Amino acid sequence: MKYVTQLLYILLFSGLGELLERVIPLPIPAAIYGLILLLIALCTGLLKEEKIADSADFLIAIMPVLFVAPAVKILQYWGLIAPNLAAICIIIAVSTILVFIVSGLITKWIQGRKGGKDNG
Amino acid sequence: MGDFLMSLPLFCLLLTVGAFQIGLWCHKKTGLILCNPILIGAALVGAVLLLLDIDMSAYQDKTAGISWLLTPATVCFAVPLYRQMKVLKKNLPAVITGVAAGTAVSLGSILALCLIWKLEGPLSVSLLPKSITTAMGMVLAEQNGGIPALSSVAILITGILGNLIGPFLCKILKLTDPISQGVAYGTASHIIGTSKATQIDPLTGAVSSLSLVVAGILTALVFPFLCKFI
Repeated sequence: MKYVTQLLYILLFSGLGELLERVIPLPIPAAIYGLILLLIALCTGLLKEEKIADSADFLIAIMPVLFVAPAVKILQYWGLIAPNLAAICIIIAVSTILVFIVSGLITKWIQGRKGGKDNG
Repeated sequence: MGDFLMSLPLFCLLLTVGAFQIGLWCHKKTGLILCNPILIGAALVGAVLLLLDIDMSAYQDKTAGISWLLTPATVCFAVPLYRQMKVLKKNLPAVITGVAAGTAVSLGSILALCLIWKLEGPLSVSLLPKSITTAMGMVLAEQNGGIPALSSVAILITGILGNLIGPFLCKILKLTDPISQGVAYGTASHIIGTSKATQIDPLTGAVSSLSLVVAGILTALVFPFLCKFI
């Protein structure tokens, strides 16, 4: 019954997330509240990693399958996408490259400063 | 034929998981990044539905049951994050600053380009969360008047692109340490980029998965305010 207990914990934190989503007037999805709560529980030792790890790894592993049905929806919206295909592709390409460059270089710069301090 | 199959309670679930399995097999056989199991799975499902003349929305209704798993699955990302807590703590300032800068550039550049191109509101809202994980991105799009399906495609293209050009960019930018490489992959191209980062070095993969979670949370926090500009 190990998996049932683990699933129960996961559903409990998901449910708490859904509760917070209702109570807190911020448009943050329940999943993110649940994630933060679970992380706090793990870090404070309230919940041991073994109590949840197998089922959590399983759910993360099957996650890509959950995206097949949503991706099929693109056929339903093709009429909206097709006329803007070039714009969509160019916007995605430009911004992805920019993000990669900026986040990488800034992290490298901060790491370099820290390294310099350590050596000095 | 289509009506009969749709009357079977598990037909749509079987079709979805089966199509994904074929996608996985194609990916394994060819090793091509473009042979993404989600893309192939969705294309196969679409083809079957069209061939059997099955209504798309009927398929969506029948598979809605799978979608409720998305929230618990996303919550579970707390576990790998917890496992990498040591790395996170040690490099916290660098990782957070890098991810925050990358997220600002992501949202700012998409917003600016969408406004320049005068894209319709729902389209812009759907493109905005393209650098974060699919579960979070689709939820944000849905809550703010976007089209979750379009977000998932934009997110998919972003991931594949980061996967393809990442090694080249690392070379010309001289990003050699695992921390800055991981932040770049995770912030720019979420879980698909993380899969590439993991192949480069385990630490790069760890930092990349931390970055994608931080980027997702930061994006979720500012998303509704940004949507007011669209």
